Amino acid sequence: MLRDDIIEYSLDAHHSEETGKKLRKKIWFVTVILTLITAVEVAIGASIHQDSSYWPVVKVFFIVLTLVKAAYIVLVFMHLGDERKILKYIVLIPYFIFALYLIAILIYEGLAAGEGFVGGGA
Amino acid sequence: MAGHASREIDSKTLWGGKVSPFSTSYGKLMMWFFLVSDALTFSGLLIAYGFTRHSFQGSWPIGEETFDSLPFLGHGYPLIYVALMTFILIVSSVTMVLAVEAGHRMDRKGVTKWMIATIIGGFFFVASQAWEWSHFIHGTEFGKVELTDDSQAIVKGHWGDVKNFTVTVDGDHHKKGAVITMKQEDIQHTYRHAVAEGHLHNGMITLHDGSIARVNKEANHEMMLIVKESGGEYSKGDKIKDHKKATKMYEDVVNSGDAGRVIYGANLEENEYGPQQYGQFFFFITGFHGFHVFSGVMFNIIILLAVLRGLYHKRGHYEMIEKTGLYWHFVDLVWVFVFTFFYLV
Repeated sequence: MLRDDIIEYSLDAHHSEETGKKLRKKIWFVTVILTLITAVEVAIGASIHQDSSYWPVVKVFFIVLTLVKAAYIVLVFMHLGDERKILKYIVLIPYFIFALYLIAILIYEGLAAGEGFVGGGA
Repeated sequence: MAGHASREIDSKTLWGGKVSPFSTSYGKLMMWFFLVSDALTFSGLLIAYGFTRHSFQGSWPIGEETFDSLPFLGHGYPLIYVALMTFILIVSSVTMVLAVEAGHRMDRKGVTKWMIATIIGGFFFVASQAWEWSHFIHGTEFGKVELTDDSQAIVKGHWGDVKNFTVTVDGDHHKKGAVITMKQEDIQHTYRHAVAEGHLHNGMITLHDGSIARVNKEANHEMMLIVKESGGEYSKGDKIKDHKKATKMYEDVVNSGDAGRVIYGANLEENEYGPQQYGQFFFFITGFHGFHVFSGVMFNIIILLAVLRGLYHKRGHYEMIEKTGLYWHFVDLVWVFVFTFFYLV
C-alpha cells in the first residue's frame, strides 16, 4: 500500500549513468589509496622493529594512517560524507566522545596500574 | 546523492513532522544507530586490550614475530598473511560499494554480479581467519622454551623433520629393534607431545606403551632464541643469534626430560607467544570480528537471493543493498583497527 503522507527517501539515492561513472571513478581511486596505505604499513612494520629508536614515531604514523583509512571507508564507502549534516554529527559526535573518554582512561589507568606493580603495591 | 539531502527545507517544515530531519528512511537510520553501538562494543574490546598491554610488566608479543607464516610456504614472511587478509576485505568492501552504486541505477545485473563478488571475498576472509586460528592454536615446531636459567625464549629457525623412532627397550606393543614410522604430521605430534610431557630424554623417547626408542631427527638450522622473560643469565630482549649456541641451549631443554618446559601453540590457559591474556584477547577480538564477517556473508546471501527473485526491482529501489552494505563496510572498518592495534603496533 502506498501512503502519500510518507516521503519515500529511498528513491532520492537514484542517479543517472553519468553520475554513476563519476562515482565509480571515485570508488576505484579510494581503493588504490586504501591498498597503498596497507602496503606501506606492512613494509614499515616488517623493516622497522619495535626496539628501534624510530618506533615511537612509527607508532604514531601507523595510527594516523589507520584514521585516514577509516575516514575514507566511513565517508566514501558508507556515504556518510553525502548525508545531511545532522545525521553525520549524530553518528560521529557521540562515538568520539565515548571513544576519547575510554582512551583517556586506558592510558591514565593503564600506566598507573603498571607503576603500581613496579612499586610492589597499590 | 541528489534529492532531499541537498534540498533546502526551512526548519519548521523539517522538524514539524512528516519530513525526516535526517532525510533518510527509517531502516537506514536504525542501521546507523546499530553500527554506532556495535562500534562502541569493539572500541571497548580494543581499549581493554590496550589497557592490559599498557599495564603489563613483562614483554608483550610482537606482531611481526608471532604472525610470520604463510600457508604451504612456512615462516619468514612477517605480517604478509594478515596484510593479504586486509586486502581481501578491502576488495570485498569495494565490490559491495559497486553493488550499491549499481542499485542506484536500478541495474539488476550489476547488483547481482557485484554481490556475488562480495560474498566470495567474504568467504575467503572467513577461511583465511580459520587458517590463522588453526596455525595460532597448533603453534610453531619449536614452541616456547624455558631455558636453564629460568628465562623464557621464543625460537626462530628451520625445523629438521623427525624421521622415525628405533625401539631399544621393549614395551607392551613395540618390540626392540622395530622401526616406527608414521605420517609426518603424526610423528611430529607424538614428538611434540613427548617433549611437552617430559618424555624425551637425551634423544630417547618413552612411548605410550612403555617402550623406549631412539629419535632419528634431522638437524635444525639457523636457530635463534629471542628472550621474552628474564632469568638468571639472560634478560628480556636478548637475542642469541649464534646458531650453535642457540641449538645447544634449545636441545638441552628439549632433551631434559622435564615436563612443562616447552609450550606449543595456544589455548585459553597458556600460549607460546606471550602472556595468557594475549591468547585470550586474540581469540575474543578476532573471533568476535570473524563472527561479524560470517553473519555479514549470510546477510549478503539472503539479499542476493532477493535480488535474484526481483524483489527490489518490484519495490522500485535497492535500498536494502545499501543497508547491508553499511554493515559490510563496518566490518571492514573494524578490521582496519584490529589490524593496526593487534598486529602492527
